[in-house]
Amino acid sequence: MNYLLRRFLRALLLMIGVSTLCFLLSELAPGTYFEDLRLNPQISQQTIATLNARYGLEQPIALRYGRWLEAAARGDFGYSIAYSTPVASLLWTRAGNTLLLTITAMLLTWILAVPVGVLTGSSRRLDKITAVASSLLISIPEIVIAVALLVVAVHTRMLPVGAMQSLGSEDLSTLARVKDILLHIALPTAILVLIGLPIIAQHIRSSVVEVLEAPYIRAARGLGIGPVRILFRHVLPVAANPAISLFGFSLAALVSGSLLVEVITGWPGLGPLILEATLSRDLFVVVGGAMLSAVFMIGGNFVADLLLLVSDPRIRTGAQD
Amino acid sequence: MFPASNMLTDPHKSMALRVCGLYKQYWRRAVIWRKRTKIFAVNGIDFEIATGQTLALVGSSGSGKSTVARCISRQERPSAGQIWLEDKEISVLRGSALRCERTSIQLIFQDPATSMNPHFSAAEAIEEPLVVQKRGARKQRRERSRELMNLVGLSPAWADRNVMNFSGGQRQRIAIARALAIEPKVLILDEAFSGLDLSTQAQIANLLLELQATYSLAYLLISHDLGLVTRIADTIAVMSQGKIVEQGTASAILGSPDHPETRKLTASWTKSQSVFSAKAGTTT
Repeated sequence: MNYLLRRFLRALLLMIGVSTLCFLLSELAPGTYFEDLRLNPQISQQTIATLNARYGLEQPIALRYGRWLEAAARGDFGYSIAYSTPVASLLWTRAGNTLLLTITAMLLTWILAVPVGVLTGSSRRLDKITAVASSLLISIPEIVIAVALLVVAVHTRMLPVGAMQSLGSEDLSTLARVKDILLHIALPTAILVLIGLPIIAQHIRSSVVEVLEAPYIRAARGLGIGPVRILFRHVLPVAANPAISLFGFSLAALVSGSLLVEVITGWPGLGPLILEATLSRDLFVVVGGAMLSAVFMIGGNFVADLLLLVSDPRIRTGAQD
Repeated sequence: MFPASNMLTDPHKSMALRVCGLYKQYWRRAVIWRKRTKIFAVNGIDFEIATGQTLALVGSSGSGKSTVARCISRQERPSAGQIWLEDKEISVLRGSALRCERTSIQLIFQDPATSMNPHFSAAEAIEEPLVVQKRGARKQRRERSRELMNLVGLSPAWADRNVMNFSGGQRQRIAIARALAIEPKVLILDEAFSGLDLSTQAQIANLLLELQATYSLAYLLISHDLGLVTRIADTIAVMSQGKIVEQGTASAILGSPDHPETRKLTASWTKSQSVFSAKAGTTT
């Protein structure tokens, strides 16, 4: 119980730190949400000043931060000027779309990465075959992979590009709607899998190789233990530790990991919303997005710690190496 | 390519292990032209260990002692030569036949901390070879692991403790218990005393001598500690650059070393002994 309480207090402090930093950094950016209106000669300076005063944008940062904390405690996380709605409801709708995409991509990535990492780690021949493809994918910038797949999808017309559903999909049956969403999600998922797969597979491969070279594996072979039992009973449980930590990072990146891909493929998630909010200085939306990302980061690390606690008896018993 | 061994064996002795004309070569690639050159880590060695006896393989670092251990325990395939375990040649075995036969030769490593699965408890570590060999039911295996812990001087009450929660000497005892679980004929002690303090070294040495007397185990002791070697070994083989340059009884080899490598080893041992005695004299 003490452990959970300590984790919660640390998380709370971290959230306050993230929000303070967001507010301070946004203060460094010149202008306010209504700054662009100055370019329009038909709008007077007085109107702009009135709008700034109405939304409290001319107030000192400490006061605005205090008001935001109050709103956060209420659960609405401030008010979006662009969308004229509380930030929380705006974020939740978009976060749902983002999570649908990132959870699908994360599950697919891990389902593929674990066997690929284990097989390449335990077979030198397979390792040589996959090493080139893996290095190539890691070295290509994410944006290039995304644009390349987008171009392929547009040219071949195999997959729909942009949005989450086709126009008029509301009139379709449930099954047809699910199929429509699956077709729309395929492209951003494929991009995310291609970006994440080589990195995670490489990490798993490295831990498997490291454990396979450990003297206790040589000792296990000497005891007459066959290769399958060595892999499943001796190698994988020990090699799982770094992979579990990495899985925690994957959970942490559920909200923030797909922002660029969402913007490129037109997926209506948090990515386009936060980009738009940042460019238009819709401060509370940006801070809300950062807070959501921080919550997932803290939650992901917590889940990884719990999984390590379950999987490794050395952590449970406090054993020393 | 590899000259045949001309080792003559004593037909009256019951041999636990016999190694004839053992070679192990590696290929090294040059960095620039990728030209391959041959390196002989083990260059045609012969020796035998009688049942219940100990042969010490000594020599400076890089002389090929540990490669011999890896070849005999079939962790590496010898390039040429024969390895006989009693009356069975094991150097030609492959796959499941090898897995079955290699359990008769067990290796005790230098670092017991890295030679055991860090996720295992002491009992799990000892039981693992029994599980693989399908010996006994779960309850019998647990009973056997407790017996073995008792045999090597560990309290059976610690059976469920993680192996990482034991001291170096205790872990080495667990490693010995694990090796004994499948009743081997030969134990290879590859620098098994190196990481231990003097008192623990003496305790483990006594334990091994007791076990040898009880179970007629043959030991291949790999060490550069001549003090320990004189205590445990019946015969000594001195290795240099992959070859055995001198072989004989412990007293004969250390009493009148013939080869320069043996003289170098005995001289450095005598020097360290005199330094140790002088220091002991100063403190007393």
